[in-house]
Amino acid sequence: MADPEIDVRYVANLARINLSDDEVTRFSKQLEDIMGYIKKLGEVDVEGIEPSAHPIIRANRVRKDIPVSSLPAESFLQNAPDQASGQLRVPKVVDA
Amino acid sequence: MSLASSSLSSLRQKLTAGEISSREIVQDVIDQISSRDHEIGAFLSFDPDSALAAADQADISLPLGGLPIGIKDNINVEGQPCSCASKFLKDAFTSPYDATAISGLKAAGAIPFGRTNLDEFAMGSSTENSGLQTTHNPSAPGHIPGGSSGGSAAAVAGHLIPATLGSDTGGSIRQPASHCGVVGLKPSYGRVSRFGLVAFGSSLDQIGPLTRTVEDAALLLNAISGEDPRDSTSLGEPVPDYTDGLDHGVAGMKLGIPKEYFTDGISPQVRERVESAAKKLEAQGAEIVEISLPHTEYAVATYYIIAPAEASSNLSRFDGVRYGNRVDNPEDMLSLYKDSREAGFGSEVKRRIILGTYVLSSGYYDAYYLRAQKVRTLIRRDFEQAFEKVDAILTPVAPETAPKMGDASGDPLKHYLADIFTISANLAGNCGISVPLEPIEGKPVGIQILGPYLGEREILRCAQAVEAGC
Repeated sequence: MADPEIDVRYVANLARINLSDDEVTRFSKQLEDIMGYIKKLGEVDVEGIEPSAHPIIRANRVRKDIPVSSLPAESFLQNAPDQASGQLRVPKVVDA
Repeated sequence: MSLASSSLSSLRQKLTAGEISSREIVQDVIDQISSRDHEIGAFLSFDPDSALAAADQADISLPLGGLPIGIKDNINVEGQPCSCASKFLKDAFTSPYDATAISGLKAAGAIPFGRTNLDEFAMGSSTENSGLQTTHNPSAPGHIPGGSSGGSAAAVAGHLIPATLGSDTGGSIRQPASHCGVVGLKPSYGRVSRFGLVAFGSSLDQIGPLTRTVEDAALLLNAISGEDPRDSTSLGEPVPDYTDGLDHGVAGMKLGIPKEYFTDGISPQVRERVESAAKKLEAQGAEIVEISLPHTEYAVATYYIIAPAEASSNLSRFDGVRYGNRVDNPEDMLSLYKDSREAGFGSEVKRRIILGTYVLSSGYYDAYYLRAQKVRTLIRRDFEQAFEKVDAILTPVAPETAPKMGDASGDPLKHYLADIFTISANLAGNCGISVPLEPIEGKPVGIQILGPYLGEREILRCAQAVEAGC
C-alpha cells in the first residue's frame, strides 16, 4: 500500500475546490487518520480476485434504438445560474 | 390518534370505507408539521396548496390512493425544490421531472409530500451534516435521528406523516430507522430505479421506504419497484406483491447469526436485544444457525474508498454552470468552479470529494480503488456462501443506540466505523430491513434482517414476525 500522506491542497485543486488554510490543516489530519485505517486492506489476499465495479455483474444492456422526445431545453435552463439566447453563459474562456 | 400518526394500511381502510377523505389526511399532516415540526426539524419545505389539490383529485381505488408520502430532499419531484440539504442548491433548483420511484408512487395514487432533511448529499449518518437545518430525534430527545435519511425517519417517528421515502448508500435508511424507532427497508441493488435520485455512490445507492409498519414498507415497495429504461442497472425481474405471505411466520426459516457482528465493539444492551429477538423467532419455529462473514472487518475500509471515489465523480456536476449557486463575478472559469464549490459544499462533502479524488488519482488507483473493488468481490462472496445455508441473516443495525447530538462531530473516522453493520449490504447489493425492538432505556433500537439478492419477501416475512412478537 502506498504512503497515506496526502497533499490536501494539490488534491483539492484536482477536485476543483478551494479550501481555507484552516480546512487544509483539519482535513490533512482527518484524512491521514482515515487513510491510516484504510491501510488495513493491504492485509487481504486479493491475488486472482476479479474486481467488482457493481454488486451485480451484467453485460452492457442496450435498449432499442427508438427516438423518444426529451424535456425541452427551457426546463433545464430554468435552473442555470446564468444564461443567454437559450445557452448557458460562463466567463470568457478564450482570448478574442 | 391523529391521521398523520396512522399506518398507511389503516388509513387506506378508512378511505375506502368512506370514513375519511384524502383531504382530511393531508390537512392533518399539514397541521402536525405546522404546529410541531419547529421542534423536530424533519421537513425542509412543503407546499400545502399543491398537496391539498392533489388530495382532491386522488383516486382512492388505487393501492396508495390519496396517501401523502414524505420525500427525502435528494429525490426529484417535478415542480418541487431539490436541495440535497446543500447550500449549493438551496433556492436554486426546481426539479424539471419526476424520479422514476416518484412516478411509481403517483401511478399508485400516492401524493409526494414535502422535502425531508438529510446529511448534505446523503453523506453522513447523523443528519448533523445538513447544510440547512438541524433535525432532532423525536423518540430520544437530545440525540441524533441518525442519517442520512434522518428527516424521513424523524417525520414518521414524530407522527408528522404516515410514511416517507429515503435513500440508502451505506445504511442511510436502516440506521435512522433504528435510531428513531421506525421500519426502514433498503431494497436489493437494482430493484428500484435510481433515475432521479441525486447520485452519491452509483453502485451502492437505493431508494426505499421508512414506515410505521412492515406491511406499509411492503406497500411502498410494490409501488416503487421495477425495471426502468432510464436506469440500466434496474432489474427486469417481475415485481411480486410484497404484501403476499407477510404473515406466514418464520416456522421452517433458517436464520443466520454472523459471529463477526457480535464482537466487543457492540453495546451489551444492543446485543442482548438482538439475541433475545433471535430467541423469540426460534420459539416461533425458525432455526437459528451461526454463520461466518469473514471479510466483515474490511467492509468499512472498502466502503470508504468506493463511496467517496464514486461521490467525487458524481459531484463534479455541481460546478456552478448548469445549476446551483454560482459565486458573483468570477475572474475566470477555474475560479468559477473552485469558488462556487468552496462556498456551496459543507465540510463532510469536501472531505469525501477530496478523499475520493485522492484514491482515484494517478499512482494510487491500484493501491486503493482497484484493491477495494477486489475486496468488494470477497465481501459479496461471503454473503453468497452464507445464503446457501440460511434464508436471512439477523444482525444489529448499529453498535449503539442514537448518540447525543454533537458527540462525534470532530472525528469523522469515529462516525464511519459505526456504519460497520449496514454497509456490507450496499457493497454486496443484497436487501436489508430495520425493525424496531423494545427500546433501551427509552431509546429506540432496531434489528437488521439481511436477505439474499431479491430476497425482499423473505426479509419482510421475518420482519413481520419480529414486529408481531419481539
